[in-house]
Amino acid sequence: MVSAFKKALQSGKFVVTSEVGPPKGTTLDKLKHHVELLRDKVDALNVTDHQSSVMRYPSLGGALLVKELGGEPILQMTCRDRNRIALQSDLLFAHSRDIHNVLCLTGDSVILGDHKEAKGVFDLDSSQLLATIRLLEKGKDLGGNALEGSVSFCAGAVVTPEADPLEPQLIKFEKKVEAGAEFIQTQAVYDLDNFKKFMDYARQFPVKVLAGIILLTSAAMARFMNKNVSGVRVPQELIDEMASAPKGRALEKGIQIAGRMIRRLREEGMCDGVHIMAIGKEEVVPEIMSAAGLL
Amino acid sequence: MIRSITRPKPEQEIDRLLEGLGRVFIIGCGTCTTLTRTGGENEVREMRNHLTKKGKMITGDAVLPVACDNMAVLALKDYADQIRLADVLLIMSCAFGVQTIARQGKKIVVPAVDTLFIGKETSVGLFDEICTQCGTCIIGETGGICPVTSCHKGLVNGPCGGTKNGKCEIDPARDCAWTLIYNRLKDLGRLDAMRKYQKPRNHQGEPMPGKWMVGGR
Repeated sequence: MVSAFKKALQSGKFVVTSEVGPPKGTTLDKLKHHVELLRDKVDALNVTDHQSSVMRYPSLGGALLVKELGGEPILQMTCRDRNRIALQSDLLFAHSRDIHNVLCLTGDSVILGDHKEAKGVFDLDSSQLLATIRLLEKGKDLGGNALEGSVSFCAGAVVTPEADPLEPQLIKFEKKVEAGAEFIQTQAVYDLDNFKKFMDYARQFPVKVLAGIILLTSAAMARFMNKNVSGVRVPQELIDEMASAPKGRALEKGIQIAGRMIRRLREEGMCDGVHIMAIGKEEVVPEIMSAAGLL
Repeated sequence: MIRSITRPKPEQEIDRLLEGLGRVFIIGCGTCTTLTRTGGENEVREMRNHLTKKGKMITGDAVLPVACDNMAVLALKDYADQIRLADVLLIMSCAFGVQTIARQGKKIVVPAVDTLFIGKETSVGLFDEICTQCGTCIIGETGGICPVTSCHKGLVNGPCGGTKNGKCEIDPARDCAWTLIYNRLKDLGRLDAMRKYQKPRNHQGEPMPGKWMVGGR
């Protein structure tokens, strides 16, 4: 079973993914709307898994919805909320319902979310989850037992090219590739010269890399991320550029910047594609793609 | 030396636990809670004054040399009359001491502190949790630093994406364990150890609650 997303990765085209976030509750209208808006424009849509440790509708449910609406889902799975039994079980379920792309993440600490007293599980880590997928594909589970009917996934992981210190993160990246990651969606990158250096290194490995693009919506948001979000560094000149936007036009400026970055990544052949994260502003993803010359 | 690290319970919680219990005997510990200043002579005296103001009758108090020692109950024999008068023993030792006393006495016990971890004093007055006694020690491959304990998520294959300037995503005052391990292994010329894939951990190395007899089992 080769997923449409995997085929896109193998085709050599500049791959574009974006993401949607399930709601807190059962009202799925907005999620549906975002899926319908984006499903034909991107190669696949990530469905986030209790992003920032905030309890929501499950990523598995969201991925099923993407599927039902004719889109290509990438199921995000963190190791924060489920032990190895639950994770393997969800992988069996995903496969059985024709969800064949998984992004394996460690997951944020529960302390950062909205259930601060919950137990963080972390029975597995992201590289172990990748290895688990490859094991299940061979028809075995982590307990060493044979499966009746195995699975097949295009499995990916995340890397933070702006991590400080960087080398431990790169060692982890290599372990993820060795454990079976076929694609990488990076944490947000803004300094493309720096990203180019990362790509010169990453190119040695047999893995497709999609650069993470987080839409800037204001100078204040950029400063907030620099202060609070690990592994994200917005250079001062981009903050200044956001601040230079006339009142009420900051979003437009952010779209321009994202479009410009994607265009450069593509024209210079720096990486294999992009992963566009418009956190809360999914409506403008098509505009970002237009600004990048992708639509 | 390792110590049992404790933090005073919030006042409201102690009030709630002592509700309807008017006569209180207070017990401190001369070892760990004295060192951490959560249950030594001074803190026991403050608690006595505090509860007296709240209208409790303090029948007596004692600071045992080592509250978790089985001999602690013998030491309390000197206070038998005062203890008999009390409705409750308010214990300002760690939970090891509270349980030692609870097991051997016939009084309701109320802990006045929360036991946080078994810690090591890493500099004056600073205690760090460096081992969680998991039963499957891997520090032979991590430069002698335990990621199961020192990494907030207990990750064994390297850092998560939450490292910021070598600190942990939950608190900029806490070091990222994997930055420490990386620096140590790099100094030792053993970064290859960090590249080795660690299998999922055995969380039942010693099933909880642990039990062990001299001579093994």
